[in-house]
Amino acid sequence: MPPLPRLLAAALLLAAPAAPAQDTIKVGEFAALTGGIASFGQSSHKGTLLAIDELNAAGGVLGKKLALLTEDDQSLAGQPATIVRKLISQDHVVAILGEVASSKSLEAAPICQENHIPMISPASTNPKVTETGDYIFRVCFIDPFQGTVMAKFAASRGWKKVAVLTDVKQDYSMGLAQFFKAGVVQGGGEIVKEQSYSSGDKDFKPQLTSLKAAQPEAIFVPGYYAEVALIAKQARLLGIKAPLLGGDGWMGDSLLKVAGTALDGCYFSCHFSADDKAPAVQGFLASYRAKYGAEPDDMAALGYDSAMILAAAIKRAGTTDSAALRDALAATKDHPGVTGRITLDDKRNATKPAVILGVGQGGFHFVESVAP
Amino acid sequence: MIEFLQQLINGLGQGSIYALIALGYTMVYGVLRFINFAHGDVYMLGAFAGLYVAPWTLRLFGGGPSFAGAAAVLLLAMAVCAAAGVAIEWLCYRPLRHRPRLNVLITAIGVSLFLENAGQSVFGADPKSFPEIIADRALDLPASWGPFAMLTITVGQLLVVGVTLVLLVGLRHVVRRTRLGLAMRALAFNPGAASLMGVNNGVVIAFTFGLGSALAGAAGILTSIQQSSIDPLMGVNAGLKAFVAAVLGGIGSLPGAALGGVLIGLLEALVVGYISPTYRDPIVFAVLIVILLVKPTGLLGGTEREKV
Repeated sequence: MPPLPRLLAAALLLAAPAAPAQDTIKVGEFAALTGGIASFGQSSHKGTLLAIDELNAAGGVLGKKLALLTEDDQSLAGQPATIVRKLISQDHVVAILGEVASSKSLEAAPICQENHIPMISPASTNPKVTETGDYIFRVCFIDPFQGTVMAKFAASRGWKKVAVLTDVKQDYSMGLAQFFKAGVVQGGGEIVKEQSYSSGDKDFKPQLTSLKAAQPEAIFVPGYYAEVALIAKQARLLGIKAPLLGGDGWMGDSLLKVAGTALDGCYFSCHFSADDKAPAVQGFLASYRAKYGAEPDDMAALGYDSAMILAAAIKRAGTTDSAALRDALAATKDHPGVTGRITLDDKRNATKPAVILGVGQGGFHFVESVAP
Repeated sequence: MIEFLQQLINGLGQGSIYALIALGYTMVYGVLRFINFAHGDVYMLGAFAGLYVAPWTLRLFGGGPSFAGAAAVLLLAMAVCAAAGVAIEWLCYRPLRHRPRLNVLITAIGVSLFLENAGQSVFGADPKSFPEIIADRALDLPASWGPFAMLTITVGQLLVVGVTLVLLVGLRHVVRRTRLGLAMRALAFNPGAASLMGVNNGVVIAFTFGLGSALAGAAGILTSIQQSSIDPLMGVNAGLKAFVAAVLGGIGSLPGAALGGVLIGLLEALVVGYISPTYRDPIVFAVLIVILLVKPTGLLGGTEREKV
């Protein structure tokens, strides 16, 4: 270690005991509460907050209340790094929860790793996120699995000629597309055309015109809900009748508000279904409805699971010391989460089934569950 | 072939929007010789004006989407933008009229940043869904068109191109046939002499800002009809592209701005369709650089008269 950081580290160590008496356990959260993917951030935040409230109502953890410190990254690139640095160095949080978008988690992960603060991403599915280091965890499945699931689904429906429309600005979208394409080719299908766009685009007619000319039987659009809704609308306007397929990025409350009926007959993979009768799911549904008067979505369920897994690990570790907490998190096994029984593997990823939902009649319906 | 024609139709729809915005840049440049960088954000204000008046006019015209309701939204948004344009000129540019031109240019950048950030705090940073003021659907082309019946032309695209044409003809009439238009042209030719001949320069400049901003407001509504999602930063990119269009056509030239807008729209659609969407912006801005190097007066611009 060069001299200056060592001095700083020493100064921090000296400063730490001077902090006010620790009667709460501080947990940091960064989320996109406003901006382009605010729907995700709001949902995951509500789920996380619900978990923290429930834990505190039951007496907290290790005899202390949990305090959730939430910061808004405004869906902007560059913000997560600033926010997470602040949470760690100024607020002295014991762990970080966040974010939904893989690009954002990838910005925060190296900082958490460097400071040895465990970070749990509720919903970032890009493999690179947890590859950052041994302090980075996630409670969701990863892109290879999600992309492969949708490729198998397309094959099972007999859609052999598929086109792909990727968001080149999102690591999430690129990852999903990559594994989907591999899966389709493996299953004997063919990628007839590839096109791309950038988050924030509004006009997709040129791309869709080019896709239409290739006459695909289905189009895989692994983007986020704001663009997917516009893509669906413009695709139907241009006379494209092929179903659209996608991933968990579709799940946002404005998806159907903007798309209307344009997405009827389309399918996407996600993390949980409200039709599940498991007690963990039904209990979560009841308390979420009671607290917010609204239906929870995937991101809310994952946010809830991320906070619950953290709390369980703190209990098992018996301390908030970062190395012990990390080891306890890594040992998470068969946690009865809302999004399935969660076991963290040696790469700190959750292994659990994916759910495929269909769109129709102004809502989503359960189609099938695919185990890893 | 059909795919190529379809891309041209797509490009024409987007290009008309750029043309409407580019007209505002070029008009202001004509009378004041400066680039109003806040113009793209006036376009954004037009879309948000539409968002707020639409529920109200929809109720007035029977609840559902209708041409009359859409026309009312369009005119109201144009009026709001005209007022905003005049206000911006009055508050920010007029006090700097006799200062170096660089001051007012930098002020314009400031106004632009102010509108973008104020927009984010007032309207919220997340994208808003624009209400359906007119049902956007594909037209049924007659089967007698043969293979061309496979083309898709939407109501929105037809409306954009139609309204743009009407506004262009109207603008030409104002500039060529009215006293204010005559005063505008006189002012563009020589402000000092125009003033000596009894032209009230202040009024004419305010009128020019109002007219240009109204066109940007129309562009804001026409975009929203096609894309149904608006946000406070939507003017940044559109404004820059329209600026490139104005330079391409020849800044200061009204037909040049319209032509430049359409060309940029077509170029974008073709680049996205046949090369890659990632090259769309680099290629558009490369056009700006090439034009400035090769023919700085643009396609239809006259020879620059350097004033002594």
